[in-house]
Amino acid sequence: MATYIAKPAAPDQDKRWKLVDETMRRTGQHSRGLIETLHTVQQVFGYLDEKALRYVAASLRVSLSRAYGVATFYHYFTLKPVGKHSCSVCTGTACHIKGSAALLATAKHELGIEPGRSTSKGEVSLLSERCIGPCGLGPVVVYDQEVAAEETPKALALRLKNWMAT
Amino acid sequence: MTRENLEQIAESENQRRAEFRDGINVCVATGCLASKSQMVKDALDREVANRGWEKHCQVKGVGCLGLCSEGPLVSTRSGALYKKVIAADAGDILDHAGKAPLHRLLCPTDIPFFHDQQKIVTENSGVIDPERIEDYIAAGGYSALMKALGEMTPAQVIQEVTKSGLRGRGGAGYPTGLKWSTVAKAVGTQKFVICNADEGDPGAFMDRSVLESDPHRVIEGMLIAAYAVGASEGYIYIRAEYPLAIKQLRAALPQAEQLGLLGTGICGTSFNFRIELRVGAGAYVCGEETALIASVEGKRGTPRPRPPYPAQAGLLGQPTLINNVETFASVPPIIRKGGDWYAGIGTEKSKGTKVFSLTGQIRNTGVVEVPMGISLRKMVFEIGGGIPAGRKFKAVQTGGPSGGCIPSEFLDTAVDYESLAQLGSIMGSGGMVVMDESSCMVDVAKYFMDFCMIESCGKCIPCRAGTYQMHRILSAITNMSATPEDLKMLEELCDLVKHTSLCGLGQSAPNPVVSTLKSFATEYKAHIEEHTCPAGVCGKAVGANL
Repeated sequence: MATYIAKPAAPDQDKRWKLVDETMRRTGQHSRGLIETLHTVQQVFGYLDEKALRYVAASLRVSLSRAYGVATFYHYFTLKPVGKHSCSVCTGTACHIKGSAALLATAKHELGIEPGRSTSKGEVSLLSERCIGPCGLGPVVVYDQEVAAEETPKALALRLKNWMAT
Repeated sequence: MTRENLEQIAESENQRRAEFRDGINVCVATGCLASKSQMVKDALDREVANRGWEKHCQVKGVGCLGLCSEGPLVSTRSGALYKKVIAADAGDILDHAGKAPLHRLLCPTDIPFFHDQQKIVTENSGVIDPERIEDYIAAGGYSALMKALGEMTPAQVIQEVTKSGLRGRGGAGYPTGLKWSTVAKAVGTQKFVICNADEGDPGAFMDRSVLESDPHRVIEGMLIAAYAVGASEGYIYIRAEYPLAIKQLRAALPQAEQLGLLGTGICGTSFNFRIELRVGAGAYVCGEETALIASVEGKRGTPRPRPPYPAQAGLLGQPTLINNVETFASVPPIIRKGGDWYAGIGTEKSKGTKVFSLTGQIRNTGVVEVPMGISLRKMVFEIGGGIPAGRKFKAVQTGGPSGGCIPSEFLDTAVDYESLAQLGSIMGSGGMVVMDESSCMVDVAKYFMDFCMIESCGKCIPCRAGTYQMHRILSAITNMSATPEDLKMLEELCDLVKHTSLCGLGQSAPNPVVSTLKSFATEYKAHIEEHTCPAGVCGKAVGANL
């Protein structure tokens, strides 16, 4: 006989949990929906913290270690808050042979952080992406949501300096 | 939904189109969007409204027009193609609508890039509005599904696909008809169809282009496949890096449901099929079918040994058909026009056309669809327009991190599954990156090894530790600190990782190294013995030129 296990209550009053609940319902409140649910959490909260992972794991009845395992296995998920701005350097093949390594080195130098990290006061997150697709226009950098085509280290440094100054 | 309904929709769509005297299509796929084509479309819309031309000039956002390097691209109903259009050009373009084309922006279309293509999968790209199912139906969409459901048995559908000689477009080239019949024969309580849209090879963007430009074609292909193998549930597994393709699919699926082309009792038959979208989360290994299945199940994307193949035991242990985006997109025309027609295109063992994304140090970059068997030379120097800036061609890389680099002496090789494999590369999913003399082949090998090392899922040791060690040696070579013994060790590791890894990622990870070692041994030698990089790439402190 199936035992009924009550779904845990949301961690706090934040209305955004409703969106998370909706995704879990849509995927049948099943462990199969774990990745979809984590996508929603990251979309609405910006990152996956322990509170969220515990809540999702308990709701979908998977172990916390499995939820944590999935969250850390996939590059797309982040366990830390992201910066106000994001600078994402494409390191796909076409961008690589057109000089994305120099762009990434410049970004690391300007921000003093490694890809996947954010600056100490949360101004900028630096990311390196595996090919975002507009390969004809390489090397490309995505600033927040805006794609910059045929980017140069000089322009990148200028943009980052501006972000850090404001 | 019946055939008559479908024809009605097509007719009213054509009528709607005929009411406009002029039509202007703006490419709003990722490539042109990156060069601000949305601003061009907005400007055209505004200008049309200002002039009060809403009734007779249609401005349409369309998918990929192909030549990404010249974007934003705009095409007109009278056949002109404009390149590098900016918002301020809107007025001029409208002034010339229905008249002689605007010479200032004209992009020549009589070049090999356009006339050497044969468009089957991409026939609607840049022509129809991907956000409107009616436009797809007017272009003959869903008539293949009607034909399959109304006139053919599942076995006949499989027979037609087998006859076409279509092979998996994801890279390995497994015969599609054979795969379908295996799944059809397999026994299970339920069967699944999965579309692999996890186009992970860096430098490959054909599937993105197809999904952004013509999402319904892929859905129709999946429907036909589901009917043929007896599946009732489908998934499209798409990578998160393609937000626009995800958006188009999210819009397309409900449209098809609304018209009764997806769901229960499709087109008045007893055939049921629904499709769900699953968004990947940035793991290259999920392009491998067993890892992809694990990911659809909400688990870490780690592969498992085969057999059993997914055709026998896939998603939830049930028979599962997994095909790539382009494979599904090739199915509707095959059903519409027949397997024999398709088999008449291409070479003896590689039938039909293949979509490639042509990038790198080449004049014309973008998406091209060519018949199988075309020579690499034609791809690079005619369609691609050759190498810019007077530099010399060095190699063309096919197959991404699983492929290899093909040097100039093999440029006359035909592009088909067998010929490319003979050269130590693979067809792969269709990424083609051209490199000139300014690229260092050791650096390229290191680049791909870095990719495989990071993307290795860590399940089997040869791949997890082997890629790390190979990357260490390649780094030493590019730092000019390697010894001849290191090179020997690298060769041994290539052999070991290739033969002992669990899945395709590890088995093919050494390919870029093996192929460059074979064709560009002198470059490795120069790094190790003379401590110089002939291309001047390695040893240079990157970022120091500020």
